[in-house]
Amino acid sequence: MKSLTHNSNDHLPKTGQYWRVVKTIVWKDLNIEIRQKTLVSALLIFSFMVILIFTFALELDKSTRENVAIGVLWVTFVFSSTLGLNQTFAYEKDRGSLEGMLLSPIDYTAIFIGKFISTYIFVVIVEIIVIPMFYILYGIPLFSPVFLLIVLLGSFGYTLVGTLLATIAMRTRAREIMLPILLFPVSMPIVIAAVQCSNAIISGANWGQFSSAFNIVVVYDIIFLGVAIMTFDYLIQE
Amino acid sequence: MINIKSVSKSFDMKPVLRDITLDIAPGEFTALVGPNGSGKTTLLRIIATLLRPNTGQVTVAGLNLDTRAHAVRQLLGVVAHQTLLYDNLTAHENLLFYARLYNISDYAERISVVLNKVDLTDWKDTLVRTFSHGMQQRLSIARAILHKPRVILFDEPHTGLDQKASIRLDEILQSTAASGNTVLMITHDLKHALSLSDKVAVLHKGQIAYHGRTTDLSIDAFANQYHEIINA
Repeated sequence: MKSLTHNSNDHLPKTGQYWRVVKTIVWKDLNIEIRQKTLVSALLIFSFMVILIFTFALELDKSTRENVAIGVLWVTFVFSSTLGLNQTFAYEKDRGSLEGMLLSPIDYTAIFIGKFISTYIFVVIVEIIVIPMFYILYGIPLFSPVFLLIVLLGSFGYTLVGTLLATIAMRTRAREIMLPILLFPVSMPIVIAAVQCSNAIISGANWGQFSSAFNIVVVYDIIFLGVAIMTFDYLIQE
Repeated sequence: MINIKSVSKSFDMKPVLRDITLDIAPGEFTALVGPNGSGKTTLLRIIATLLRPNTGQVTVAGLNLDTRAHAVRQLLGVVAHQTLLYDNLTAHENLLFYARLYNISDYAERISVVLNKVDLTDWKDTLVRTFSHGMQQRLSIARAILHKPRVILFDEPHTGLDQKASIRLDEILQSTAASGNTVLMITHDLKHALSLSDKVAVLHKGQIAYHGRTTDLSIDAFANQYHEIINA
C-alpha cells in the first residue's frame, strides 16, 4: 500500500523558510481582511447580537445575571469563533487558491499554522471589543489579567481545533453545518474548563480552586497543537 | 522529463485513468486532447502532485512523485482551471505571495520580469478582482513561471478568452516553450493543439488512444483521426 503522504522522506524546508511561509500566509490573510473588511465586522455584529439577545431574553435579578454572565460570554465567543472558522478555508477553497499553496514546495503544516494564526488574530480582535461591551451591559469586572489569560488560552485551543476541523469540513457538501457538528463535541472539554476557570476567577476564588480547570485548558492546547501538526498533512491532501 | 508508467486512478470505484503510460521528453511541448470526462485533468493533477494514482508511478526529471513530491513541486509551474489568485490582492502582491512561498531570493526582479512578459507591468498595483478574464489568465501564467519551473502544465488555458486574448496567450505559450521548458497542455481545441505543440496525445476513456508528432499531421487529417477515436 502506498504511503498516505507525498512528503515522506523528502527534503523539507529549513526552519527559517518555514516561518517565512507562515508569516507570508498571515500577511496575506490580514491584507485581504483589511481590504474587504467582512470577516471581523461580521463577527462583531454577530457577537453584539448574541449578547443583546441574552441581555433582554434573560430578565434576571442582579445576582442570577452575574451567575450566568460568564456562560453567556463564552457562548458568544464560541458562536462567533465558529462563524469565523467556517471562513478559514472557505475563501481559499472557493477561489482555488488553496491549490496554489499545495502546489508550492512548502511544508503543508506551515499552511495550518498560518491559517490558525490569522484566524486567532481575528478572534482576539473581536474579543478585545466584546469584553468592554460585556462589562457595560453586565457590570461585571472582566479586566483581571488571569481572566484575560484564560480567555486567550481558551480561544487558542478552540480556534486550533476549529482550524483543523475546518480542513475536514471544507471537503464536505454542507461545510457550514458540518463544522459545528464536528467542533462542538471535540471542543467540549476546553469550553467547559474555560467557563469553570473564568467563573472561579471572577468570583474571586484562589488558584487552588481553579488550577485543575486551568491545567485542562493548557494541556488541551498543547495536545491539540501536536495533533494538528501531525495530522494536517494527511487531511489537506485529496 | 515526465515519465508516466502504468498509472491508473479511480474515483468511487469508477475508473478514470486505465494503465496510462506516457513519456514526455525534456523541452518538448505536448498537447493532451480528449473529450470531457476522458481523464485529462485527473492526469494533470497527478503529475502536479495534487492527486495520487491508485497504481503506477510518475517521475518528473527522474524524481519519483511518491517520495520526492516536495522537490518536484519546485520544478513545476501549473496553470489550472482556476487562476489560483487572490481577488483582493494586487497583481504585484499576488506574485509577491507566491515568490515568498517558493523562496525566490531575487523576487523583485523576477516579479518585474514576469509581469513584463505577460504585459501587465502597468497593472501591477491594481486589484486582481478588477481584471478581465484574459488579464487574470495572463497573471496566472506569470504566477506559474515566477520560480523558473522546468516543467509547465496548462489546463485548458484558452477557455473563456476572446480571440485577441487567445492570440496573446498563444504568443506567451510559444515564448514559454521556446525558453526550453517542458510543456504539457490540456486543450479541447485541436487547432491550438497542432499549432503550438511538438507532440499530441489523445486521451479517451482513460487510455492513451494516440500519441505522435504534430509535424506529421495536417489539421484535417488529425481532426478525422480524432473523431474516429472518440466515436469508436
